[in-house]
Amino acid sequence: MGSAPTSAPHIQHHVAGDHHDEHHDEGNFLTKYVFSTDHKMIAKQFLISGIAWAFIGATLSTLFRIQLGWPDAQLTWLEPLLGRWVEGGKLNPEFYLALVTMHGTIMVFFVLTAGLSGTFSNFLIPLQIGARDMASGFMNMLSFWFFFLAGIVMFVSLFLETGPAAAGWTIYPPLSALPQAIPGSGAGQTLWLVSMALFIVSQLLGGVNYITTVINLRTAGMSMAKLPLTIWSFFLTAILGLLSFPVLFSAALLLIFDRSFGTSFFLSDIYIGGEALNHVGGSPILFQHLFWFLGHPEVYIVIMPAMGIVSEVMATNARKPIFGYRAMIGSLIGISLLSFVVWAHHMFVTGMNPFLGSVFMFLTLIIAVPSAVKTFNWLATLWRGNIRFTTAMMFAIGFVSLFVSGGLTGIILGNAALDIQMHNTYFVVAHFHLVMGSSAFFGMFAGVYHWFPKMFGRMMDEKLGYVHFWLTILAAYLVFLPMHYVGIAGFPRRYYAYTAYETFNQFADLNTFISIAAIFAFFAQFVFLFNFVYSIFRGRRATENPWNSNTLEWTTPVEPGHGNWPGAIPAVYRWPYDYSKPGAEQDFIPQHIPYSQTVSSNLPYEREME
Amino acid sequence: MIALGILLALVLLLVVFGLLFRLQILTSIFSGSYNRPIGLSNRVNAILMLLFLILGGAAFAYSFVDNYDKMNPPIASVHGLHTEKLFWTTMVVIGIVFVITQVALFVYSYRYQYKEGRRAFFFSHNNKIEIIWTVIPAVVMSGLIFGGWKEWTNIMGPAPKDAIEVEIMGKQFNFLVRYPGRDQKLGNINYRLIDATNEFGFDLNDQRGMDDFTAGEVHVPKGHPVLMRIRSRDVLHAVYAPHFRVQMYAVPGMPTKFWFTPTKTTDEMRAQTGNPNFNYEIACNQICGRGHFAMKATIIVDEPEDYIAWYSQQKAFVEQNPDVLADFKQKKAASVEQAQAAAEVPSTVSAKAAL
Repeated sequence: MGSAPTSAPHIQHHVAGDHHDEHHDEGNFLTKYVFSTDHKMIAKQFLISGIAWAFIGATLSTLFRIQLGWPDAQLTWLEPLLGRWVEGGKLNPEFYLALVTMHGTIMVFFVLTAGLSGTFSNFLIPLQIGARDMASGFMNMLSFWFFFLAGIVMFVSLFLETGPAAAGWTIYPPLSALPQAIPGSGAGQTLWLVSMALFIVSQLLGGVNYITTVINLRTAGMSMAKLPLTIWSFFLTAILGLLSFPVLFSAALLLIFDRSFGTSFFLSDIYIGGEALNHVGGSPILFQHLFWFLGHPEVYIVIMPAMGIVSEVMATNARKPIFGYRAMIGSLIGISLLSFVVWAHHMFVTGMNPFLGSVFMFLTLIIAVPSAVKTFNWLATLWRGNIRFTTAMMFAIGFVSLFVSGGLTGIILGNAALDIQMHNTYFVVAHFHLVMGSSAFFGMFAGVYHWFPKMFGRMMDEKLGYVHFWLTILAAYLVFLPMHYVGIAGFPRRYYAYTAYETFNQFADLNTFISIAAIFAFFAQFVFLFNFVYSIFRGRRATENPWNSNTLEWTTPVEPGHGNWPGAIPAVYRWPYDYSKPGAEQDFIPQHIPYSQTVSSNLPYEREME
Repeated sequence: MIALGILLALVLLLVVFGLLFRLQILTSIFSGSYNRPIGLSNRVNAILMLLFLILGGAAFAYSFVDNYDKMNPPIASVHGLHTEKLFWTTMVVIGIVFVITQVALFVYSYRYQYKEGRRAFFFSHNNKIEIIWTVIPAVVMSGLIFGGWKEWTNIMGPAPKDAIEVEIMGKQFNFLVRYPGRDQKLGNINYRLIDATNEFGFDLNDQRGMDDFTAGEVHVPKGHPVLMRIRSRDVLHAVYAPHFRVQMYAVPGMPTKFWFTPTKTTDEMRAQTGNPNFNYEIACNQICGRGHFAMKATIIVDEPEDYIAWYSQQKAFVEQNPDVLADFKQKKAASVEQAQAAAEVPSTVSAKAAL
């Protein structure tokens, strides 16, 4: 063991103007914990709201899994919670759709976008690139509070008399535009759109900040080719968000016009509720194009930060350099570029021109290549490592397993000819819950367990972490593997019950099994919740660099104050993955150690930098 | 009272867990393992990784084989046979990759667990390996793309000229079916003409629609290409017929289509599945509201001669609903007058049209 030197003489005051005033005004409770402009506090705010939303989203899924697992059951016992959404012991079918819709919206946007990027981009970008804070602390604060506001609006919509939005998380019009079609498309959908508009503002404020900070505020020596992979992934994620979220904004805006001001962007030839509407000439397909132009990059916005976190955690705990650092960056860039030209694979059978289908099939299957490269590189990182199973490392390994399992079925769904049968079935549900749902959650867990010591100055309990990991990965597979079978059998998603069909009369027992596993998964998360809350207050005290990691955040004090480093910001001399370098004293050499101090381990081309 | 009891039991359970947790921490502090970075648990987790792979893999394989028969809806269309082959070929390819990567992942995790005094192999990159595992997936992908693309263009290509036509219109929450009648041409419809009787919105000014008839279920002949014309009159729906491997959205304002050739009659399928109640079903597969989960239609595949017999027995819509036709004639007369009146103020008309 041995701690990385933090106040060694080689830390230079490389930029005179960078020397922060060390006597900071701590401020009062309001400025420190609530309207904070400190990136670390904002990250914690995002993390804790993300966890809260995750539990809300998971509760909703538990409710609809109860319906799917036991379609004949009397649900009177849910009346105290759901009130009149339980009608004569049965769940209201429209409320079922609302549950599905809100589960999707909350998980995709509030948890896996804001909770994941919001937490780790905020926390790690300044710490890992060697900056005092984000480029604009104020904008960063605004980003959180717009998110918070969006959350309030969305939360309120859950309690409306007509129910929250119920047209699916993709809110395809005309269903989402016409309250006559489903009550959730009334006030619930209005609040959904308002909330999402606020959310997009939050994302843009955050994204601009992340990009600017990474470009401008890197410490001396921190070239782009020395950035940890986490930062690369956050950087590219922010760019994706910045380019794609405005398109969702425009779609939402046009939908608001259609709903409230009588325009016909997405509506045409509709007879509903006993009357013919005046909308003519709009196209529901146009909305789908706009939605998925965000929607597809969105899944990479969700997964890329997880990829970055996993790369970092894996290299640290395998005590090995990440294999193919440049290939990892290259594949991230490849995924980012391709993610913008594959969106219509969600629309193969919507009536879109089949020629477009062919084009998007080609582009979609190409994106499998960089994803495959990443997987192989992670495997090569484990190969001949010296693996420490910290909880974070286990979640990183679990991430790769789930990402592979879920990613491979994408090759089937991306094939237009096969998508004819699989579109909107449980096969799709199983696919994306594994590849962007569960695995993004695993990436997030890996991040929380790994950086918890730096966030709160204490360690999370490892044993509870192991229990949490094993229960969660078991449950994830028990839920989503059988779902593939149901999907291959053609079961449509978003069905309240399958009793009406001769075709879908098998698998009642399997659906019960999936529901039991899902409820089990939900309860397993309380192990995490307990561990998280308990460890904030009572966990074992952390050291400065508990994982013997190379990146810059571990050179800060146990609980970094405002400005992160009490003295000058350390300069950077090497890449972040010098683990187990032959000839080195220890099995890690942090980024701020110059080559002149590691003469024994320098590689031939590094000699000239001594 | 029972609720209170359950609550109490839960609270007690949590307290027990809490105490056990504290106890565990205290013993580990006492034994000195609390501060040891890498202890016995590292080894335990490594073994669990291997067990997870073996037991999990076995359970997955068993359940997959066990459910295999249930998960394949029998196929009843020409292109369905092709895509099915493509599907399982792709499944085999991804299955191989799945096994290789999962085995490597968990075996490496076990094999390269921490050992005191050992150092990891400093192996940062190898261009040759990286090129190999970039090129191989690319080549495999190209193969799969090509297979899929060929099928896709066949399926989505124009329907054969002799295909019989049937129109399916989605509405909340059922499917309406219309056939072109003797002239084999579907007449115009207009959503503004829809009412309780004229559910399709027949525009009877169009002579082609005079012999069109509606039906309660879709009848199609075996071995003959069928062109489904698909539309919706309210929100999005999807016509999904799993046995035929057919799926296409029903979009208001934008008619879509899908053609296929059924290969087995309903009776043949009943014999094959041993289920006397078997029916080919169309399920709505795009969320459309309260009744989405029960929005269905039945497809009956007949022997060609039965189909012809059924077809010739059907009565045209106008024959069954003479009132609608009478109404139309009356309105037509009225609209002629209106048109003459409107001709005198053309500017308002064109303004309306512009809107």
